[in-house]
Amino acid sequence: MPNLQGYRGPLRELLERSGVDIGDLIRVEKGGRIYEGYLMPRLETADEWHLVLKLRSGYNIGVAYEPSMRVTRLGAAVKPEFRPPPLPEQRSGLPKVSIISTGGTIASRVDYVTGGVHAAISSRDLLSIVPELADIALVEADILYSLFSENIEAHHWSGMARKVADKIEAGAMGVVITHGTDTMGYSAAALSFALRNLPVPVVFVGSQRSSDRPSSDAATNLIGAVTAAAYAPFAEVVVAMHETTSDTSIALHRGTKVRKCHTSSRYAFRSVNARPLARVVKGRVEMIAEDYRPRGEGELELQDRFDERVALIKFHPGFNPALIEWLVDEGYRGIILEGTGLGHVSSKCYGPLRRAVKEGLIVGMTSQCLWGRVNMNVYTTGRELQQIGVEPLGDMLPETALVKLMWALGVSSSREEALELMRRNIAGEYSDRTLYEEVRP
Amino acid sequence: MKIDYEAIGLKVGLEVHQELDTRHKLFCHCPPKLFRGEPEYTFVRRLRPSQSELGEVDPAALFEFLKGKTIVYEANRETSCLVEMDEEPPGPLNDEALDICLTFALMVGAQPVDEVHVMRKIVVDGSNTTGFQRTCVVALGGEIEVEGKRIHLEQICLEEDAARKIAEEGGVVRYRIDRLGIPLIEVTTAPEIGSPSEARKVAHAIGRILRATGRVRRGLGTIRQDLNISIRGGALIEIKGVQELDLVEKVVEYEAMRQLRLLEIAEELRSRGLKPEDLEDLEPVDVSDLFRETRCRILRRELKRKGRIYALRLPRFGGLLGRELCPGRRLGTEMADRAKFWGGVEGILHTDELPGYDITAEEVEALRRRVDAEPGDAVVIVAGEAERCRRALKAVLERAIEALEGVPSETRAANPDGTTHYTRPRPGPARMYPETDVVSIPITEERLRRLRENLPEMPEEKLRRFMEEYKLNEKLARQIIDSEYTALFEEIARGLKVSPTLIAVTLTETLKSLSREGVRVDLIGDDALREIFKLIEERAMMKEAIPDVLTWLAEHPDSTAREALRELGLELLPREELEAIIKAKIEENIKLLKERGQRPFGPLMGRVMSEVRGRANPAEVQEILRTLISERLKKLKS
Repeated sequence: MPNLQGYRGPLRELLERSGVDIGDLIRVEKGGRIYEGYLMPRLETADEWHLVLKLRSGYNIGVAYEPSMRVTRLGAAVKPEFRPPPLPEQRSGLPKVSIISTGGTIASRVDYVTGGVHAAISSRDLLSIVPELADIALVEADILYSLFSENIEAHHWSGMARKVADKIEAGAMGVVITHGTDTMGYSAAALSFALRNLPVPVVFVGSQRSSDRPSSDAATNLIGAVTAAAYAPFAEVVVAMHETTSDTSIALHRGTKVRKCHTSSRYAFRSVNARPLARVVKGRVEMIAEDYRPRGEGELELQDRFDERVALIKFHPGFNPALIEWLVDEGYRGIILEGTGLGHVSSKCYGPLRRAVKEGLIVGMTSQCLWGRVNMNVYTTGRELQQIGVEPLGDMLPETALVKLMWALGVSSSREEALELMRRNIAGEYSDRTLYEEVRP
Repeated sequence: MKIDYEAIGLKVGLEVHQELDTRHKLFCHCPPKLFRGEPEYTFVRRLRPSQSELGEVDPAALFEFLKGKTIVYEANRETSCLVEMDEEPPGPLNDEALDICLTFALMVGAQPVDEVHVMRKIVVDGSNTTGFQRTCVVALGGEIEVEGKRIHLEQICLEEDAARKIAEEGGVVRYRIDRLGIPLIEVTTAPEIGSPSEARKVAHAIGRILRATGRVRRGLGTIRQDLNISIRGGALIEIKGVQELDLVEKVVEYEAMRQLRLLEIAEELRSRGLKPEDLEDLEPVDVSDLFRETRCRILRRELKRKGRIYALRLPRFGGLLGRELCPGRRLGTEMADRAKFWGGVEGILHTDELPGYDITAEEVEALRRRVDAEPGDAVVIVAGEAERCRRALKAVLERAIEALEGVPSETRAANPDGTTHYTRPRPGPARMYPETDVVSIPITEERLRRLRENLPEMPEEKLRRFMEEYKLNEKLARQIIDSEYTALFEEIARGLKVSPTLIAVTLTETLKSLSREGVRVDLIGDDALREIFKLIEERAMMKEAIPDVLTWLAEHPDSTAREALRELGLELLPREELEAIIKAKIEENIKLLKERGQRPFGPLMGRVMSEVRGRANPAEVQEILRTLISERLKKLKS
């Protein structure tokens, strides 16, 4: 059976009858016109009426199907030859850094025959694509998952935490986790809570431009991440991504304070209500924050259970309070509200919220403003919500609050214990002071 | 030297690139325009060749080269957005640009493709922030006729223009991203052109048809041609970025000459008994100590910076490095190009030009001894950081090996005098892969029908019509059709009551002669040109003032023609003021009037005109003068 990826209907039948497959050199004759080139795969989402041909010049064109069309095979597909450049020598005496891949294409290469982008995730592949890594650390790479980040769930966080623990146990001086960027902030927060008493840095890294293109931020981010994992003086979970649009500086954001704030730019990740912990510039880690958990203290303690029965709800004009009732009915154990301004929701929600608290749910309040902290003593609404039992969560990010509540419920044996964890600053998710320079998007 | 191009088997193919005049860029809504002055912001990037690219050229060298290179991009908010910065995925392909390309395709009988696929063509010199250029084939085939000969077209592409290079110094290249993303049509001919003059004519013919669409941009750098040139026994050489149409002929001539001479040199090397293996194990030698006391400034400077001097012996190359390939270019120059590219050194010195550059005969002798050069051998030296020197000389050696074979296949760029220099090895077709962020576009029959019904006239038809409709003589009509102002001419000639000949002369001969005097006429915008003729129509400006006004506008590109008149003192006098001046003149010369009655008109006219020249229309002066004189005479009589 030919593969004929993406071809359907009469066109597929024609190609099958003609005995051709993807990559074959073919001739297409149609209405007196002749095209020659290599048959390319068709995007599954594109229409079924065009055949994609790579001309000898390298360009692709689409040729429309016609019943009278003739297709002849001129030559077989040539397997793309890939000769990796010689591997750089791994130097002994460098700190050992473990790279765990969960998905995304931080390292990949293009198959110029089909245009496909293949992930390259073995240590060999990584080193051949980013040979600079060999001068920074003794790297070893593992594939844990191959997931788009939108498909990552709480049990994957547990899996990541356990893998990190294994690597630290095995002597890694730092761990890098490659991750799709969309939910990287959530995973970073999750591991910040799950890895208690962390002795080495754990650095999440992704890329906003896929690594098949020469302008990709993948290599610079990865180099920054490995540098941080090997040499940073802190032992915290951070996200390493471009600080600005330039390739000159990689910011290291604390895992509980970071958020993806732009859909597409390299500098999409920002520390909210905090400055980045540090940055990597010219191959060196420059500290920005003064208080951090130093490297090498204590024995790692794994607290990797998450309770997924927690919802993050954004309040808005026209919000239907029945949504809260539904969560209670469904057996949810916690709700994080993304309220307006200083931490408010409509008085219509009071009844359902009262019921939620009465039935044992933990209800926390964060602000949809993101910047700044909630203060539920300023307006009557805030005071009334506190009276109902809604817990103000300071300057914690809504997403971090969600993850933290999943974790707190997962690792506690009672509501009170979980609530106590929510109030305590566990991994830098709360800051005591909001500084002027930090209040800016 | 006269070359018989047919005898040497010259084959030339042209790629004409022309910017399109669309409302916005190819993949975003930025206006297709450039900015002057300081950038509002800059950013710094590095490009990394993707894996497959590495396999194509010397991977180590390419990698080294790119690793050290930093790219600074300059931008402002008016002319670029996140798309040009490679911070946002491209939007859909600009439909207007696609229509212009399809129109051109239909005009030359090319076959539009059924579905357009946008590709990424890898370009790692920094001219594209992404590291690739987005490009697509719009049509295949087609032909044009040039003096009775048919030249076939291979393909018509639509692509995004690259960023403009502003400067390159040390390891830093500066590009401005305003031009990035402006739609470009690329017309590729088959390699069927047989002589330099034919190449020029084909380039002109394609340019004329492009302009006939009425939808192309004009001005410096908006049209550029690449040339693919080969001779029998030579190699296919791709020459990029010939901006002046009139340079095409020279470039082809010099390239044919260069390839011929390189073949002669190869022949000569073989007859001297040189074998490839003689060049195999040659190693650069550190000769820094020989030049401790040198008076040569170039070498002294490098030594002072703790650099080294390395030498390489090239057996039996004596006399050949200095041999001229085309004006001002020698085999030594070709080697220097390679040394600069791969080693990043400033240049090379070789024994064919030494003693010289303050290097003494004794130093040359010591140098030759050190590298065991025999008479008939040449020695090349470079100066700089040791690793760079070794890389540079390795590249020189590679070029020497190629010299034994003949003409190396490479990509070159044109110099302003028509000669060329090395830019990089010729890349293969494998550098393209699909741009998955842009969906493919089917070309529908309806679309083609609509375009077919509205095809612009071809240049020859236009020529006949211009002669008939606007009463232009043939020479002038040809000139306006060959110019970048064809569409503007017609618009002004139709809209205003101004002599079409005056408009045509202004837009061709006047602009050309000003340009020859060094006036940047390309900076004068269409609006200013329209305004000039509007002012002439309104009798607010004299046609004699046109050259001065244009010159002023080229120096003040953001100003209006009316401002030019005011600044130059060429505004026409209001009628009352003119009458007052004339009255005063009559009173000054009242004696003359009394003596000669109506007859002093001539001398009076002269006196008035000398005062108001350029500020008043002579016919009007004449009329007023006549009336006022007779009035005054009546008064005198009564």
